[in-house]
Amino acid sequence: MPKPDVQEPNAAAQEIVSFAIGDQAFCFDIAHVLEIRGWTRTTSLPHAPDYVVGMMNLRGTVLPVLDLSQRLGLGRTDPGPRHVIIIARVDDRIVGFLVDAVSDIIMVREADLLPTPDVSSARTQAYIRGVYTIEDRLVRALDVHQVLPQEDTAVA
Amino acid sequence: MNDLRDLFFQECDDLVESLTSGLGDLESGAHDAETINAMFRAVHSIKGGAGAFGLDRLIAFAHAFENVLDDIRSDKLQVNETNLPLLFTAGDHLSDLVEAARGECEIENDMGASILSDLKLLSQSVGGGALMDDAPEPEFEPLALDMGFDLPDLGTPQAAASGYAITFAASAELYATGHDPALLFRALGALGEVHASADVDAVPELGDSDWRTPVLRWTLTLTPDDGIDEAALREVFEFVDGLCTLEITAPSAPPDLPDLLPLADPPDTPAPAAADAPVKPSPPPSDPPAAARPSKSDSARTATIRVDLQRVDRLINLVGELVISEAMLRQSMSELPHSASSKTVEEAMGQLKQLSGVIQESVMAIRAQPVRSLFQRMSRTVRETAREAGKQARLVTLGDATEVDKTVTERLVEPLTHMIRNAVDHGLETPEARRAAGKDERGTVTLEAAHRSGRVVITLRDDGAGIDRRKVRQVAEQKGLVRPEDDLTEADIDNLLFRPGFSTASEVSNLSGRGVGMDVVRSEIQALGGRVTLQSMPGQGTQVTISLPLTLAVLEGMVVSVAGESLVVPTLALRETLQPGQARIDAFCDDDRVLTLGHELIPIVDLGLALGYRATPADLDSLSLLLIEGDSGRRTALAVDAIVDQREVVIKGLEQNYRPIPGIAAATILGDGKIALIVDTDQMISRPGDGPSPAALLPDPTRIAHHA
Repeated sequence: MPKPDVQEPNAAAQEIVSFAIGDQAFCFDIAHVLEIRGWTRTTSLPHAPDYVVGMMNLRGTVLPVLDLSQRLGLGRTDPGPRHVIIIARVDDRIVGFLVDAVSDIIMVREADLLPTPDVSSARTQAYIRGVYTIEDRLVRALDVHQVLPQEDTAVA
Repeated sequence: MNDLRDLFFQECDDLVESLTSGLGDLESGAHDAETINAMFRAVHSIKGGAGAFGLDRLIAFAHAFENVLDDIRSDKLQVNETNLPLLFTAGDHLSDLVEAARGECEIENDMGASILSDLKLLSQSVGGGALMDDAPEPEFEPLALDMGFDLPDLGTPQAAASGYAITFAASAELYATGHDPALLFRALGALGEVHASADVDAVPELGDSDWRTPVLRWTLTLTPDDGIDEAALREVFEFVDGLCTLEITAPSAPPDLPDLLPLADPPDTPAPAAADAPVKPSPPPSDPPAAARPSKSDSARTATIRVDLQRVDRLINLVGELVISEAMLRQSMSELPHSASSKTVEEAMGQLKQLSGVIQESVMAIRAQPVRSLFQRMSRTVRETAREAGKQARLVTLGDATEVDKTVTERLVEPLTHMIRNAVDHGLETPEARRAAGKDERGTVTLEAAHRSGRVVITLRDDGAGIDRRKVRQVAEQKGLVRPEDDLTEADIDNLLFRPGFSTASEVSNLSGRGVGMDVVRSEIQALGGRVTLQSMPGQGTQVTISLPLTLAVLEGMVVSVAGESLVVPTLALRETLQPGQARIDAFCDDDRVLTLGHELIPIVDLGLALGYRATPADLDSLSLLLIEGDSGRRTALAVDAIVDQREVVIKGLEQNYRPIPGIAAATILGDGKIALIVDTDQMISRPGDGPSPAALLPDPTRIAHHA
């Protein structure tokens, strides 16, 4: 193993997909992304947390669509044709993340991930892994495992 | 290596199954020589494979077992009522050892020691086994892996006595490539005694011929050493294959095999040599004996292949999607202006529909499996339970060729085992009590499978005492499940057995009470989309009927609309539908409303409210009602906005990507590509928690406690 300070620029590099929710930028590892689709009608679910928009049919696979904005406490999205669903595989589950727009695919280094600021709410602490600074913009790295509906804790 | 190991254990499953079915034949007296042979081969093959993987305990036990079977095979030992139970026990133990070796369960070290010694005693009693005890013989054949025939039996005489006649003529190329007949003959000499003579008749006058054309022919006779067969002989000539004219004539065949010879084509007969040099494939005298005695079942097995279940499931999923796409296409076609769809298109659509239907059916059939192996496992349960409970019981199986989805058979093992234990432990009386009642001391448990109107019905009957309803009621009252003043029908009382936390055994036996009650049996059957019903005749026995869907992948359902959403209500539970305004509805406190049907008062559940699709109750007079009935016989009316259609839907699980939703069993995709949720009718019935039974199927603390 080379020492951290002499390592190749690429060594800890990863590709992230960045997307917009409101005027904030978020991102997660592109390895999770299966495909990106326009908004399609979903079937709403009974007894579901408010951030679960409903179930969508992706060529025969039934998967839940999560309103990331609502999940992150940024207000409910009123989905329309301009919205985008990022289909992602997280652990063994396939879910759709409803976001306003997908912005970019960026190469970053894990070492550049700044810790989440201390001033934040419990929700920020739970769902944001850290922050990248890219061209003077803050891109929040989402913890995709945490934003999924958690088992047993029936979030109201 | 792991692949081989897996293959070995898969093979073992089949072998244990054929052993078990052989034992069953022995018991019922429907056996012949081939039965014993098949059993012997099964045990022997397990031993052989175990040898290859160094599974010492399995080898030792299979060895002792095999000795006994060999004695039976050679008529030294007769199967009778005294040694048959031992054979059964040995079969069970062998299967345990296989499981233990597979690493699926631990097994006590001293377990089986007594069985082993009993087996040894048995074979010693008839003058020792044909095979040496304690010392596994050196010549294990490796386990034949899916070659379609079993292993050669040991001790079969290998080679015939007299010699092979070989004629050999070399071509020019043979010499040109550096071969030398003399070396070949010398190699032959290593296989046995060789006599060679050269045929010089064809040698022309010197000077008359082309010296490059070889003219010599040799005639050889070979008296092979023990264990040398024609294949070995041909191996000598392997490198000159095509470079010579070779004829090998086997000595006259042993008298006991002549009619089987054509079957026994040597597997590695060299390809015919040059076109002008035919090789007569002569019948080998001593090819692997196994090949020379294929049994019916063996030849049937060659026609099957093992396929990873995941591949089949993937195919099933894809076909499910094909069916959905077909429906979507059909729907969009019907929305086109009429002129646009010509007659040919319609015909093609019809064909497509039919084809996809047939494909779906065929794919489902891949997963179908006879219930035989499931039933065979149960015969062991009956024996063990009877032994532990001090009862005499036998299992009669009917319709064990009935085919059911593999997942269904797998998931039936637990509930069925439990039901069998119940039947033997609680259902059947003790031999004394049976004698007093004028019955055969030995109780009979009957397990029957049959296809009935698109479902599989499995019936478990015992000829025991039937359910003691007074005692059941008493226990239920003690446990607070019912009140003494409750008016219960006989069926109601019988159904109490399915309630969580109920156990009739006055003394807790360690047999049936293994942590699952009949309530768990029922919920497992329900999880498979099945229903359990119970009938009992005092003094004559109890019958439990399980009705299951043929497959878990499709479901017959009623498509309804509720608050703008499409939902599917499984027709299985559906009893009646009522159009708006048809029904007499009475209101009670809050929003409770009840449907009056004849003399029956049926609670109404507004699906829109129950599933949270609307916040305020709708006017019931404008809604349609679906009358559904649960397994307890309790009825509920589901109020829906409209009934749209009745159709078969493909079930899509929700748990994979999301999580279980209360009140919803699964999802499906409708013809227009929209997702519709499938209502869990049983949860709807219990939801209001009305009546004397607070047996909610929703998160129920008693049930959770019961599981733990």
